[in-house]
Formats: sequence, C-alpha cells, structure tokens
Amino acid sequence: MRYAMAIDTKKCVGCSDCVIACQTENNVPLGFCRDWVTETVDGTYPNVSIELRSERCNHCDNSPCVRCCPTGASHIEDGGIVLVTQNKCIGCGACIQACPYEARYSHPDGYVDKCTFCIHRVRKGDKPACVAVCPTRCMYFGDLEDPNSEITNVLKNRKFKALAPEAGTNPQIYYLI
Amino acid sequence: MHQISDVCQTMNESHNELFQMKTRRDFIKISALGLGAAALTAGASKMGMGFPLLGSENEPGSEENTLRRVPTYCEVCFWKCAGWAHVTEDGNIIKITGNDDDPQCNGRLCPRGTGGVGMFNDPDRLKTPLIRVVKDGEQTYREASWEEALSLIASKMSDLRSKYGPESMALFMHGAPGTHFSHLLKAYGTLNLAAPSFAQCRGPRDVGFEATFGESVSSPEVTDIRDTRCLVLIGSHIGENMHNGQVQEMSQAIDNGAVIITVDPRLSTAASKSKYWLPIKPSTDIALLLSWIHVLIYDDLYNKEYVSTYAEGFDELKAYVKKFTPEWAYGITTLKPDLIRNTAREMANAAPSVIIHPGRHAAWYGDDVQRSRAMAILNALLGSWGNRGGFFFKEGIKLPEFPHPEYPKPAWTWKDLLNGKYPMANEAPTNLVIESSIPTGDQEAKIKGWIVAGTNLISAIPLKEELSKAMQSLELLVVVDTMPMEITGYADVVLPECTYLERYDDIRATSHREPTLCLRMPAVEAKNQTKPAWWIAKQLGERLGLGAYFNYTDFSEVLDWQLKQVGSSLDEMKRIGVKKLSRESSPYLEPGTSHTFKTASGKIQLYSHELAEAGFDPLPAFTKHPEPEEGFYRLIYGRAPMHTFSRTANNPNLVALMPENSVWINPQVAKIWGIKKDQYVWLKNQDGAVSNFAVKVRITERIRWDSVYIVHGFGHHHKPLHFAYGRGVNDTELITNVMMDPIMGGTGMRGNFITFLTEDPGKEVEA
Amino acid sequence: MKEELFVSGRNIPNIDPYLNIWHWQIPVYLFLGGLAAGILFFAALFTIMGKEKEMPAAVRTAPIIAPIALILGLFALFLDLKHKLFFWQLYTTIRIESPMSWGAWVLMAITPLSMLWVASYVKELVPGWNWKYRLLENFETFIIKYRLWMAWMIIVLSVILGIYTGILLSAFNARPLWNTSILGPLFLVSGMSTGAATILLMSKSKEERRTMSWIDLLLIVVEIFFITHLIMGMKAGSQVQIDAVSLFLGGQFTVSFWVFVILLGLVFPAILEIVERLGYHIPVVIPVVLILLGGLMFRFIMVEAGQITRYLY
Ligand code: SF4
Ligand code: SF4
Ligand code: SF4
Repeated sequence: MRYAMAIDTKKCVGCSDCVIACQTENNVPLGFCRDWVTETVDGTYPNVSIELRSERCNHCDNSPCVRCCPTGASHIEDGGIVLVTQNKCIGCGACIQACPYEARYSHPDGYVDKCTFCIHRVRKGDKPACVAVCPTRCMYFGDLEDPNSEITNVLKNRKFKALAPEAGTNPQIYYLI
Repeated sequence: MHQISDVCQTMNESHNELFQMKTRRDFIKISALGLGAAALTAGASKMGMGFPLLGSENEPGSEENTLRRVPTYCEVCFWKCAGWAHVTEDGNIIKITGNDDDPQCNGRLCPRGTGGVGMFNDPDRLKTPLIRVVKDGEQTYREASWEEALSLIASKMSDLRSKYGPESMALFMHGAPGTHFSHLLKAYGTLNLAAPSFAQCRGPRDVGFEATFGESVSSPEVTDIRDTRCLVLIGSHIGENMHNGQVQEMSQAIDNGAVIITVDPRLSTAASKSKYWLPIKPSTDIALLLSWIHVLIYDDLYNKEYVSTYAEGFDELKAYVKKFTPEWAYGITTLKPDLIRNTAREMANAAPSVIIHPGRHAAWYGDDVQRSRAMAILNALLGSWGNRGGFFFKEGIKLPEFPHPEYPKPAWTWKDLLNGKYPMANEAPTNLVIESSIPTGDQEAKIKGWIVAGTNLISAIPLKEELSKAMQSLELLVVVDTMPMEITGYADVVLPECTYLERYDDIRATSHREPTLCLRMPAVEAKNQTKPAWWIAKQLGERLGLGAYFNYTDFSEVLDWQLKQVGSSLDEMKRIGVKKLSRESSPYLEPGTSHTFKTASGKIQLYSHELAEAGFDPLPAFTKHPEPEEGFYRLIYGRAPMHTFSRTANNPNLVALMPENSVWINPQVAKIWGIKKDQYVWLKNQDGAVSNFAVKVRITERIRWDSVYIVHGFGHHHKPLHFAYGRGVNDTELITNVMMDPIMGGTGMRGNFITFLTEDPGKEVEA
Repeated sequence: MKEELFVSGRNIPNIDPYLNIWHWQIPVYLFLGGLAAGILFFAALFTIMGKEKEMPAAVRTAPIIAPIALILGLFALFLDLKHKLFFWQLYTTIRIESPMSWGAWVLMAITPLSMLWVASYVKELVPGWNWKYRLLENFETFIIKYRLWMAWMIIVLSVILGIYTGILLSAFNARPLWNTSILGPLFLVSGMSTGAATILLMSKSKEERRTMSWIDLLLIVVEIFFITHLIMGMKAGSQVQIDAVSLFLGGQFTVSFWVFVILLGLVFPAILEIVERLGYHIPVVIPVVLILLGGLMFRFIMVEAGQITRYLY
C-alpha cells in the first residue's frame, strides 16, 4: 500500500477550506496549521497566471525527518504515512530542520505535529478531512499501488509535478498541472 | 394596550432617561461594560475545543465515536448549506460538516461553513440584553434582564403605534432572524421591511432579468453551470465568492472542458482558470455587452429559432445595436476587437449551453439594471434561458404558513414614500427607509423606530451621513445580533441572539434543480443568556397584544405542523436533516412546445415596453462614467473565500485564515509611489474621506494600473470585536459617491477613487 | 514580477516567514562540544606521544574545562528541547541515521571519560586531595594505570565529537547552507582551534605555549582553507546553494561573517600570534578570547543563517 494525494491546481480556488477542515478535525491550535495554501503569481499584466496549491506533509518515501529523529518518534506507518508519536517526541526540532517543505511545527504542548493524512479517518475507510471537504473536489487521495484507484488513474491521465524533487525526498503529494 | 401601560409604570427610571435621549445617540462600545474577551494571541491557543488531541499511539479522533450529529443548515451566508454539527458528550461543538443529501452543498461546506464553530465559540459574543442609560452624564449600556428589555421595547413600540401609527416602525434584516421579525412587524402593522441585499446588492440584477424573462435568476441561482459548455463571468467572482453550489459546479465545468470567459479588471481566481480573460476598463461593461450583441446579430451567430419562438423586440434590438461594433467597443473598453469577436463566437458555439452569469452584487454605477438587461438579452439571443447548460427552471415546495390571524393592512407602506422614484423597486430599498427616518425642515420623519436584525448597517450601507442622521432622529432603535457589531453601539436596546447552532429557524424550503426541505435545530443549549430570534419575536408579540400570531410555545411545534402538511415530520427531519423531493415539471424548455414567460406578453422582452412606459431606455444604453483623476485609482472591492463580510470578521477560526485585507496595487503604480510590498498605507478618496486604519499593500500583476482592489468586510472600529478591531480597511468608509439607479433605487458604489497616504493622517476613530 | 504568498494566512511561530526553531542553545551546545573535543584531543594526543611533562596544561589543567563544557553543553541542548519531560527517550534507542541520536550517545560516553581523566590527575592538580574511601583510592590507581588506554578512547571519541558538531548540521539536506560534507572537518578544526586557544591561555610553560601557538596557527590556516573551500563549493553548487552562500556574500550575514568570524575571529588573532612569535609582547588573553568568540560567533551564524536557507518550489 502506498497512500498518496494528487491535487488539481487547475481546479483549486484557494479557499482554504482544506485548512480549516483540518483544523477542526484534528483540533490544531489556532495560529498553527498542518496544511496551508500558497499562491504563485507569474507574468506581467495582462499576461498573468497564478497557481494555487494546497500543501501539507508530502509523506515522503525517502523521509529525512524520520531518519534524523533521535528517538524514533517520527516513524512510518503502513501505507507510507509519516507520523509522530507524541510521547516519544522530545521536541528537539531536528525533524523540523530536516523537512524541506516546512511541513512540521512545534505544537504549543511541546511535541512536533504535522499532517497525519487523517489516518484515523483513513483506517475507517474515509478520506482525509481536507479531501472530504474540498468544494472543488480538486484533491484525490488513495493507494498508488492499487491500479484501479482514482489517484492512480488521475496520475495516469494528467500531467503532474511534485515539489522540490531535487531535495531527494521522493514526495508523495502530486500536483496536477 | 392597557397591559402595556401597566408594564410601563413598573419600569424604573433609567427607561425614562432613555426616552429623554431623543436628541443624540452617542456611540457606545459594548466593552464599556467590561465584557471584553481575551486578545487574539492569548485567546487563540485557548480556543481548543477541549478534547485531548491525540491518544498515546496517534489515534486522533478516537472520540469520534461518541460524537452526536445534529442537523442544521449554515447561516454564514445566504446559500444555507445543510450540514451536521458534531457535538461532544459534554456539549461542545467541535466541527461542522456538510450533509451529503443536500444538492446545495453535496456534503461539502465552504470554509466559512466549516469554520462556523468559531461563531459559536467566539468569546466576544453578546451575552445579555443591554439597555442604553445615562450615567454621570455619559451614555452607556447596562446589562438588563430579558423581561426588562422586552417590556421596554414593547412599551416603546406601542407608544409609536399610538402616536404615529404602526407604519412608523421599520425592519432592517438579513438572514434567518429576518423572517421572525418580519412576521412580528407585519402582525404589528407595518410593511417597511428592508434588506441591504436588495438595493446594495442583487436588486439591479434581479430587476433587469425580471424585465426581460419575467423572473430573476433567484438565490441560489438557477445557473446550470454543471452542464454548461461556456461560462461567461462578468462581475462574478466564483471561487472568491464561495457560493457553494456554484463553486462546486464551476469545478465540474472545468473538468468537462467548458470554456470560461471572465471579464474583470482584475485577474480574479475565476479569471485565472479562464480560457479568456478580458481585463476590461472598469465601468465600461455595457459597451462590451452591446458589442457582443452586435456580433451575435450581425455575424449571424444568434439562436434564430429560440428568438423567433420565445422573444419579441428583435428588430428594434437589431437596428439599435448596429453601431456598436467591436471597434467601437475597443475605444471604450480597451479590449481588442478580435478578442470581442472570438469570445462571442465561443459563446455561440456552445449555445444554448452557455451562461452569461449576471453575478450577484450588481450595484455598481447606477445604470445597473440596464447592464443586467444587456446580459439577459445576450442570454436570450443565445437561447440559454430554459436550456441545459444555461438556466434551468427552478422548482420548489411551498410550506403552508402556520395558522395565524390575517395581518392588518397598513395605512401606507414604503411604496408610498417613493414619490414616483424607483418605479421598479419590488423590495424596499434600504436607503429609502433611511431617508424617510430623517426629518426634513419642519416635516416630521415618517419612520420613527427601527429593528435591525442580523445586519451591520454600518458596514453594509454607504451614505454614512444619512445613516447617522437617521439614527440620531429615531425614537427607538433595537438591534438584534449575535455579535457586538458597530451597529449595536447605536442601539437603545441590544438583544443578544444565539447563533444558528443553538436554535430552531424556519425550514429551508429551497427551489432549485429539485425541491428540498432542510432542518435547523439547536445542536447545544444557547450560551449565556442568548435567545433565538423566534423567541424574541414571540415575546415582543405577546407584549404587544399580538399573541394570536404566535400561537405556540416552542417553534418546533410550528415546524412539525408545517412538515406534516407536506408529508414529513420534525422527527423524520431530525434524523435525516435534508429531504429531497422529486420535481413535477421539466427543468428545461421542451422542444417543440410553447412556453409562457412570466412577462406581461408571455414573451422574452428584448425590447422592454415596461421600461419605456416608465420613462427609461427600453434598450440598454452605454453611458460614460467618471474616471479617476491623476494620482487616484478606482476603488474596486470584492470578496475573499474565507469571510462573509463583517459577519465573519471576528470569527477566530476564520481570522486565523485571513486576519486582514490588503490593497492590491499594480507594480507600476507602486513604483510611482515608492510603495513597498507589505507596507501599510492609509487610503483617501476623492471627497477627502480617509480610512480609519492603515492597510497592507499587496503589489501584484493581477490588477490594472487604473484600479485598486480590497476585500470588503474588514477595518472594524468597534473595540469589543477583539479579533477584528483595526485590521485592514473598510471600503464603505471610502464610498461617499453613490450613484443611484433611477429604476429601482440601487446604490452604485463603484464610482469612488482613492489615493494613498503613506503618513499616518492621525484620524480619530470612534471606537 | 513573480509573487509568492500564503493564501491561508499561515504564520506559524518560529517557522514563518523564516525557520527559526533553533535559538542560542544549539550554537552554544555545538561550541562547547567542539571546545571540549579540542581540549580532550590534545590531552590524549600528548599523552599518547608521551609528552605529559612538556605539556602540563594540555594534559592536566585544561581538561578540567572539558567535563564542565560538556555538561553545560548538554544542559543547553536540554533547554532547547520543547518536550522536556520525554528527554529520557533519547536513551531508549540508538538511531544510526540520526546525528542527534549518536551525538547524545557520544556525549554519554565521553563525558564520564573526561571526568575520569580529570579524576586521575586530581591529586596533582589539588595538592593534598584525599579520596577518603579505599574503594575510590583503588579505582584511582586503576585509572592512572590505564591512562594510556583512556587516551586512545578519548582521542577517537573526541574526533567523533568534533566532527559530529558539524555533521549535526550537514546532515540536513533540507538546509542548503549546511548541506556540505566540509562542515564536519571544518567544525572539528574549529573546535580544536578553540581548544588549543584555551590550553594556550591556561599554560604557564613558555615551551608549551610556543608549541600550542604554532598548532593554533596551523589550525587557523586549515580552517581558513576549509571555509574558502565551503564558499567555493557552494558557489559552484545548485541554485539553492548559491542562494544560501550569498547570505555571506552581500546578503544579510555578510558583515557579521566577515568581520566577526573571519577578521576578528581568525585573521586578527593569527596575526597577533605571529607578531608575538616575532618577539613582541602581546597579552595572550587577547588572541585567545578573540578565537573563542570567533568560534562561538561562527556557530551562531551558521545555525541562524542555515535555518533561513531552503528549497524553493
Ligand atoms: S479546499 Fe480545495 S479549493 Fe479550497 S483551497 Fe483547499 S484544495 Fe483548494
Ligand atoms: S514532507 Fe517533511 S515532514 Fe513530511 S515526510 Fe517529507 S520530510 Fe517528513
Ligand atoms: S456557502 Fe459556505 S457560508 Fe454559505 S451557507 Fe454554504 S457553507 Fe455556509
């Protein structure tokens, strides 16, 4: 199993519903976030284009954050989901430094927190909260190793990119372009 | 009436003081009472909904199983998506999700709906009734019991009734509380009920479409975006406005490869998804529309069959638009003739599955009904009204009214105040009601008392001066709200309403693709001393001797009775939240059959006799509007997907997403002014009005150099709104030039120009 | 014009707009670790070379600093932890791939060793010292006997520790400024140089001072060479590395780097030492303090600047 997400930048409107759905689903303290939305504007008026991206932990296949964790709090679950076990985390911040995507943050309670792909929902067969709420349905979540999954299909039929592949982390959030 | 005077006698002195305060209402901050809440940063981390986050082995949401789901429909905007409030065992609402069965949201709320929890948890909420009193020569509020506050209002209202007649009361309303207070005031004997959503927003659009097709595009709009092949957005910002169903459908349209054409001086989100972006010079839209009409007709691209079957006035139209060539429009709109031709062709190719979307907020330049007419005509030429992928015919279900005595017939209504103005206003324009509340010369004002329910007039209405004069002249001003919005500072009595998550409201009976019923019920008990609007209206009604109109103890009885009339019940609805009914008529025109449009002649009015008779242009005319002087830029305002104007400005969850607005400036303009990214500047308009606060600069290629853009709904100056206070600027402060639409009283607000002040102008802010 | 922004208002403390999750604790930890490694290295080295007599400060006096520096360093690390109550989790597992983990273990090993080392010399350092218990006296005899063994262990561990202070940073691929293999040797040499400077300060023997001074000069030259190498390597690297090093070449850290680290921390003390060798009298404390401050500053700048650098996408 290899869980991954594909996000269609052509449909995303940057509404940030994914961010607030995550916040209420996972009780992320206000002022922090596990996912966020960026806008990149290119060109000169009137030839301007923008790209909107909902970003989060890439659940990298080659995850430096897990490697550098001195206690094993950061670890990989079935399906490639990268998690932090709170009561093993000492809050040294190494994993925060190690992540090229600034996807982790230090929770006010001390441990390091990040996107969990809503593993508690996924295990029940639901989609992550952000995917389930997105009004534009621009996010696809599923198992890349399943040849019939929606995400496998969408990646087969569309052009896509990942973020900073040169960082060598093998990120598993794909952006349809 | 006698009972009322008894009540009066029992009232204490402060009430009498209130009545003597006729001359001037000082603005009072609710915080004067020490009801303040924690500041944003401190409050933020404490806002956790109080369920321990992850379990020991990363099992977030293990509490999930114990959550209770309560049906509701969202009140953060008028779209009213159906959803579920998820409540913990100890009575906390931790999240709100969409109801899968609701065709309005398909199980997905928008960010504001998802963030609705913040409205419930907002520490700044109004908590108790407040009454204006004079203390040590200063006006202030004091907390009062419901009994006292209600009796006071009732006694004042019956005073007004006997002194000036019940028509002297007016209601300003928005959203669900509106219906409860409308019922109260109709029973009381007045029809002066106004919603800013008419004259300040969608009125011109609706009147223009009614004049053409005999009906408006309604709300939620009957646009068949899902199946369209070409979507033309002109003054519509789907994706920045989160009108949920439309946003979802635009996304489907993108998936289906529909062509999107966006006309906007700014690269809106929708424009960035469009095949064609037409960065039009602001205020020239009618020229573009006329020239599109010209191309459709003279290049023989229009839908002849449709036009000859359903429309009349084509010959007049054809002759009229002869001169409006793309070349003519180029000089006005700055859009290349080729671009105009090509886009017209795209529309014709897709016809009749094409939508010229008339937007929603249409009160721009005072000729807005005419612009809306031009769009309607364009739709008619393409044959989109009544066709798949165009506009469908809505169908709904009407719930019978809960039995009550007939409403008394008022001696006069707002229509009698018009004096021949705005002949096609079919709802009361707010500004008319406001003007009628101001005495002129020795003439007493016609309107003496207001109830303001769920709308912050201060930021909804331009015309600051009239508004404040009117408020000073009133004998009674009651504000019902959940939050200490600016308007509460002017009230004689402030009544704290509970949020939509804590109350029953009317059943949402939606007319759209399919009729739906939808329930809102309390998910938890109302916080503090807040009360639902139905209860407040009923209590007032009883104190006014109108008990017969409120013949129930709990509003659930009304709902149950109504639902049973249509074959459902409250119990069923509590379980399912949404009930879809099947439609009886066809959503589209049936080929080969005739159709009677709801116009006087039964045909689509390309040429409007109705307008001609009322003395207006029967065919839309382009008028040149003033342009900014050197150093000034046209102020364009709009929306952000995370906020519903001031309604959400203090919602801590949504403030976290977007704490303030920024002013968009083209890099070239920034260079001229030497303004840096993220710098804070003040804005000043053509009449010298200066913004209360400074606003952050966003330097972006997404906007023309003759315009600036800000998101509406920020810049609150009421300190008790801890999360909203002082963040960004309020565009309404800068809208001093209002261009009235003579046809229906719309308040055109796009004729204002601003310049930048890089130094603090030291303006004193009433806070 | 290119524009990049957060639409969802992201502004996480210590992460946005620039990563700043490590504050003063980590550079202090790295500095003290490097200093201790340097001191212990020379103590062990001269012991192995059989030069205990000629180098009394290096072998006997200066090592007192080592355990103190190590404990203070560990304490600084502890202060940096945000979930302190779970500190012990560090010692429930060894994670080979995590520099943070093996750093913790190396410290765990070298700190007691350094204490033993000091203990073995305590009678020479504190005249009249008495262990009071027989057991301890026996133990002392034991460790004195195996001092050479200890020296071998210490020399290996101190080199590992010295390199570790650099690798802790260079292991972070995500921070382009740190992501260079030169950082390990560079921090090792820099740590040794601070160690040598400390010995220099504490030494009373003219001979020893002369030797240490030459060693220090040599180390400074090597360090400057490594730094040049670092900068050239980055400049020839990928775009993110070019952007990273430009922080020192015109960017916001240019002045602090060139003035405090290079000029005042390396070049100037080197000149002073040469001048002193040429026979002019310079109070030894001046170059030593400059070297120590330069070393500390270098770590502050590297930690601070490195966090800012990131991949762009
Ligand atoms: S919810 Fe969907 S459309 Fe909205 S920002 Fe997130 S990904 Fe984009
Ligand atoms: S995105 Fe960052 S936190 Fe997530 S797996 Fe990759 S390196 Fe780790
Ligand atoms: S569109 Fe959003 S704010 Fe409006 S009713 Fe739906 S969920 Fe609520």
